[in-house]
Amino acid sequence: MSSNKIYWKNNDQLDPSNPMIQKLEQNEFSEKLPLDFNNNDLNIKNDSTSRRDFLKYAGFSTAAAALAGCEGPVIKSVPYVVQPEQIRPGIANYYATAIADGYDFASVLVKTREGRPIKIKNNPDARVLGSPNGRVQASVLSLYDSMRLQGPKLNQSKISWTEFMEGIKDKINKLLDENKSLVILTQTFASPTTQELIDKLKDKYSNIKHVIYDTISESSSLDAFENAYGFRALADYDFSKAETIISLDADILGDWQGGGYDVGYSSTRIPKKDNGEKFKMSYHMQFEANMTLSGANADKRIPASPAVVKKILAFIYAELTNYSIDVELEPKIHQAASLAIKMIRSSKSKAVIVSGIQDVSVQELVLAINSLIKSEAFDPKNPKLIRQGNTKELLEVIDNLKQDKIGGLISVGVNPVNNLANGSGLAEAIKKLDFSATFSTKMNETASASQYVGALNHYLESWGDFEFKSGHFLIAQPTIRPLFDTLQFQDILINLLDEELDYYDYIKKYWISNILAGASFKKAIHDGGIILPSSKSFNEIKQLDLNEKAFKLAGSKHEGMNLILYSKAGMGDGQQANNPWLQEFPDPITRVSWDNYLTISKSDASNLGLKNINVANGALNGNYALISIGKNELKVPVLIQPGQAKGTVGLAFGYGKRLGLKEEMQVGVNAYELYFNQENVQQISIKPSIEFHEFACIQLHNTLMGRGDIVKETTLEIFNTKDKEYWNPVPKVSKNHIETEVTSPEVDMWQSFDSSIGHHFNLSIDLNSCTGCGACVIACHVENNVPVVGKEEIRKSRDMHWLRIDRYYSSEESFEADGKIKNDISGLGESLTTLSQMERASENPQVVFQPVMCQHCNHAPCETVCPVAATSHGRQGQNHMAYNRCVGTRYCANNCPYKVRRFNWFLYSNNDEFDYHMNDDLGRMVLNPDVVVRSRGVMEKCSFCIQMTQKTILDAKLEGREVSESEWSCACSDACATGAMVFGDVNDKNSKVSKLKENNRMYHLLESVGTKPNVMYQLKIRNKD
Amino acid sequence: MQRAYHIFVTKKIKSNVFVISLIFFASISILISQSILAQEADPMLGKKLFNANCAACHKINKKSVGPALKGVSAKYDKEWLYSWIKNSPAMIKSGDEQAIAIWEEYNKSPMNIFPQLSDQDIDNIIAYTEYNPPAVVSTAQQTTPAGNNSSSISNNIILTALAFVFLLLIIMLILVRRTLVRIAVASGVELIPEKKVTKTPIWKAFVNNQFLVFLSAIFLLLSSAYYVYGYLMQLGIDQGYMPIQPIHFSHKIHSGANQIDCKYCHSSARVSKHSGIPSLNICMNCHQNISEYNGEEDIASGYTKEFYTNEIKKLYNAVGWDEENQVYTGETQPVKWVRIHNLPDFVYFNHAQHVEVGKIQCQKCHGPVEEMEVMYQYSPLTMGWCINCHKESNIKVENNEYYAKIHKELSKKYGVEKLTVAQMGGLECGKCHY
Repeated sequence: MSSNKIYWKNNDQLDPSNPMIQKLEQNEFSEKLPLDFNNNDLNIKNDSTSRRDFLKYAGFSTAAAALAGCEGPVIKSVPYVVQPEQIRPGIANYYATAIADGYDFASVLVKTREGRPIKIKNNPDARVLGSPNGRVQASVLSLYDSMRLQGPKLNQSKISWTEFMEGIKDKINKLLDENKSLVILTQTFASPTTQELIDKLKDKYSNIKHVIYDTISESSSLDAFENAYGFRALADYDFSKAETIISLDADILGDWQGGGYDVGYSSTRIPKKDNGEKFKMSYHMQFEANMTLSGANADKRIPASPAVVKKILAFIYAELTNYSIDVELEPKIHQAASLAIKMIRSSKSKAVIVSGIQDVSVQELVLAINSLIKSEAFDPKNPKLIRQGNTKELLEVIDNLKQDKIGGLISVGVNPVNNLANGSGLAEAIKKLDFSATFSTKMNETASASQYVGALNHYLESWGDFEFKSGHFLIAQPTIRPLFDTLQFQDILINLLDEELDYYDYIKKYWISNILAGASFKKAIHDGGIILPSSKSFNEIKQLDLNEKAFKLAGSKHEGMNLILYSKAGMGDGQQANNPWLQEFPDPITRVSWDNYLTISKSDASNLGLKNINVANGALNGNYALISIGKNELKVPVLIQPGQAKGTVGLAFGYGKRLGLKEEMQVGVNAYELYFNQENVQQISIKPSIEFHEFACIQLHNTLMGRGDIVKETTLEIFNTKDKEYWNPVPKVSKNHIETEVTSPEVDMWQSFDSSIGHHFNLSIDLNSCTGCGACVIACHVENNVPVVGKEEIRKSRDMHWLRIDRYYSSEESFEADGKIKNDISGLGESLTTLSQMERASENPQVVFQPVMCQHCNHAPCETVCPVAATSHGRQGQNHMAYNRCVGTRYCANNCPYKVRRFNWFLYSNNDEFDYHMNDDLGRMVLNPDVVVRSRGVMEKCSFCIQMTQKTILDAKLEGREVSESEWSCACSDACATGAMVFGDVNDKNSKVSKLKENNRMYHLLESVGTKPNVMYQLKIRNKD
Repeated sequence: MQRAYHIFVTKKIKSNVFVISLIFFASISILISQSILAQEADPMLGKKLFNANCAACHKINKKSVGPALKGVSAKYDKEWLYSWIKNSPAMIKSGDEQAIAIWEEYNKSPMNIFPQLSDQDIDNIIAYTEYNPPAVVSTAQQTTPAGNNSSSISNNIILTALAFVFLLLIIMLILVRRTLVRIAVASGVELIPEKKVTKTPIWKAFVNNQFLVFLSAIFLLLSSAYYVYGYLMQLGIDQGYMPIQPIHFSHKIHSGANQIDCKYCHSSARVSKHSGIPSLNICMNCHQNISEYNGEEDIASGYTKEFYTNEIKKLYNAVGWDEENQVYTGETQPVKWVRIHNLPDFVYFNHAQHVEVGKIQCQKCHGPVEEMEVMYQYSPLTMGWCINCHKESNIKVENNEYYAKIHKELSKKYGVEKLTVAQMGGLECGKCHY
């Protein structure tokens, strides 16, 4: 039924009379041929370049090109003097290692070529956090960042490490003599040996105090866990065991408590037959203020401000414990909360409740409820250790700093000056200290205020050991020698302790005596780690007096405007702000890149007079707003976000940094300035501004052109009761007045390629398990050397992503019905009420994510129009693109119904106009040597990672065997943690992908066009009636 | 006549051979008798034994893994040498001073034991180490240049003489003519000057003939277009590119004379897309022992023994090998070879695919490398050249399970017994361009 729903991509589309939208709908190519470089089309008209001049230039450049071609360059090849045994030119090596930068923790495989790390992949052996998100995928480029600290510094001038070490030893000893305290402020290391080293240091210097803090705090969850179980950790959740998931403002598919929950979650989202006739899937309810990935994937999403969410929790707790509290809830919310209780009761131990509200009582109640219902998904016995921060201790340190009670400060992997509110005051206090040292990979605000700056290794250059989850031990190994004169912090600790060993030997010694219990150390390095029974002695939950806390929560009140600070999928806590891949990554929800912004609900925006405007070329402009807490004021662009809870606004962390960033990357505003007491909910006041901000939003670049059936979805109920014909019909056309399915050869005017022999590649994308996280987008970038084009170019819809994730909104009622209501309005009074009703569409829309890449059509419209046959069809189902043959007519892009072809408007490497790490040798080290870097004037697109399929085939040929099914992969399907993307050979009848092709849920994008794509989608099913 | 001549020649050669072999045997017998008389050991037998047993670690005149063997008989007692060679570790163990001294001098690397060698064998080897081959005086070489010289001088003389004669003749003719004219004048014969006929010059005639002009213009245009096209088409094609390399590495010696398999050095061609330029440690596998060149020379081109030996020294310098002390110094200077085969960036070529799967000989694309003193680009490496081969070559399906099914089905479809690379999909753009 729902498959004939109307989808919309942007608020403005909800108003069918909006002339701009109509224009965009009519005008497929909203943009004129650009005539100049970068901007200022106006200049062209005044330009004196005539046709004659053009011919002169053309003649000259042809002659120049011919002359340049006369003499080939002399290319030098320098082989190794002594070639390491493992390195063979042209063959990739893979090493298991782990990232633990304080925000992202993951066990990964690193692909290296000729000794250079070039790609981060999932570690299939890892049992916890083995699927890196987009940021981890992109972290390989941060290794080659020329803005990294290249050596130790004293008062901003270079010194040697020996001088550095002598200097800090002197200073520390002096502090000890004077009996002044020294604070070591660090990120969460989750590393057993680092902890031991720090403990030893504390033994040696009695004046040292170690304080951990997380840039984005989970302190209250840790406090709650500590109160209940006696130590600081985070309960783990296995959502694959859950039938009902109630999330109270917890972005379980995002970075909530360190992330990595999407794998388990998605495994329950595909309807499975459960020993009965009916298909079953989990039920996910999300109460939240900002629109998050989790909310977008939920079966039922209820926009609610943090205060309301607290009340809902109190209500649920009261109902489940039969404790009577009078909780005041709006009828609609009450209804939803009651439904949640009903679902928990019916699922019993298969239910789980989680919360992201940073409030100790909330977290305690959540732990209590999960233990009460004996939730199977809830696992406090093997807790996660990837967040250790303690806000209380941090605030104490800051206070002491400002009151001169501290003699020295060493900060490691954290940047308190930038990521705490009132950082400038902190910087002043640090400058006054007797001794200050900062250890960082990048120059940052804290480092610039410190005397000593220690340049740290990137994680790909370091040894390390970690315990992400109790009992899950990991080893990180370096994949390249340090590029610069850098050390890792553990080296410094060992030096301070005057130990003889280096850190590798130290880890080895520690592991052999404490962890391995006879197992091989080498094997542990090879596998990336070892899994043991939980190392934590576990106490049963303490009986806390929660009733009173619930009572207090029930009384929470929403006041004024709440600012909810969050982290974006692309930027996280902002450590990698100088990474152009992440800057250009469009946010999955808003589809805005290169910015952070204030998300606001439509009604709040219109009350405040804030506007978003679509301009002629499909770009988006938005008003600025001034938001303030006390004297702290920020000027932020506003983005109207459908589904944002009224009375709340959202703002993402990680932007607005200035130090250690290239000019192009210095975008957005620093939300940490309002992160008072590390609380992510702040009360603010908003003042609108008349100024407009230009967004780089790829939202309106292509409209649906009235083709609503691009995404298909239905409900579990319909899926279970009706035929496929009803909820997933194949489009029909009329031939001789007979309705015929478009897949029939009867109505096909193309001659088919014979693809029955050999391999025939297909990619299946399951819209049910795709969470929209975007790891595939980054993985595709990395694998295929896709250029970054920058904010200005993105605004002109010249984004180069080979793989984009389209996001569609739909209201519960169909859009056409809305239009009908509007036409029937009579009189002003009625129009006001009805229009406000209509607004509901954007109040709480449903969201669908759809990854779209080249569909590799068997009847490809692009192939037939290429005048030079640069794009052609391969027998294996891939649509080939010969870049060197392309002359850049762009006919193919015009003829592509899916808008997946990308044009190189400029040369993006070695071009001063685009400094996205491709202008220096260092940045270019990340390029995949198997894929050519495209030049200016060339069309490009997804190739189904032909370099990977060809490699798989060649490996089989070399070994004289058939290709086994599991070997096929492309970058996106490799990166997809949830298994939503399945790539394989459909001629292999036993393969997963050929079974998916026969699946009832399968449909092709715009099937009615008759392009016969090799990419298929599995229709989305929502668990609702 | 012809036939008789032929016979005569053969006879002559035969007689020559006869004389030479006579002399040879005579000298050999003299040599043998001399050596038997003088040393009672045979250096020729010794050479064989030396090459079989000792050459891996010892050289005659130079230090290698072990000491140079020249003069060893003078330095050590013969009996000592017998027991040392037969079982050196035992001697070291027994505490023999000389033995320990030499053992320590050579980094305590133990010498193999040779119990199979008899005392006579050892004598022979020692004889070889002391043997001075009689100097060969090549008179021919010294005389030829002189001969060449004289012939060139005589040519010049003949030419000058001829020129002089011609000059004389011309002068004489002029004189004769003058005399004749004088006689004619004197005898009253009237000389009528030749009447000049005014003809249109050929170029004017050509210009006036429009058809001819038109025709030649077309001809000119076509031929220039042909040459311009030819010029443009060879742009970027470096067939025959033969750069001077930092070290004169002769494939002719390594691959030709010494018959080293290509893939011994270019081993990654078996597994990787790159054939790989061998790292210097590969060179040192052999060159740790081979420190000088003793093969054939090409003196005309300057490739003398000294020249080659000098190139080996360059290798030692690059890899940081101290020949004197037989150790690596650690001071390396990586060699910057000039790359000869440069495929454009947009082409994906995989050596393993062609060498291992396609079982193509290296020479098919790289030409007769074993004859190349200086390596050069043999093939044009153009797309047309690739395509031609893909059209002509069959797929090597034997013993390759990968092809079992696909080849059976595809060959049935195309109705051929053996598929070409092109039929298998080797002409698809995306197979090489991505």
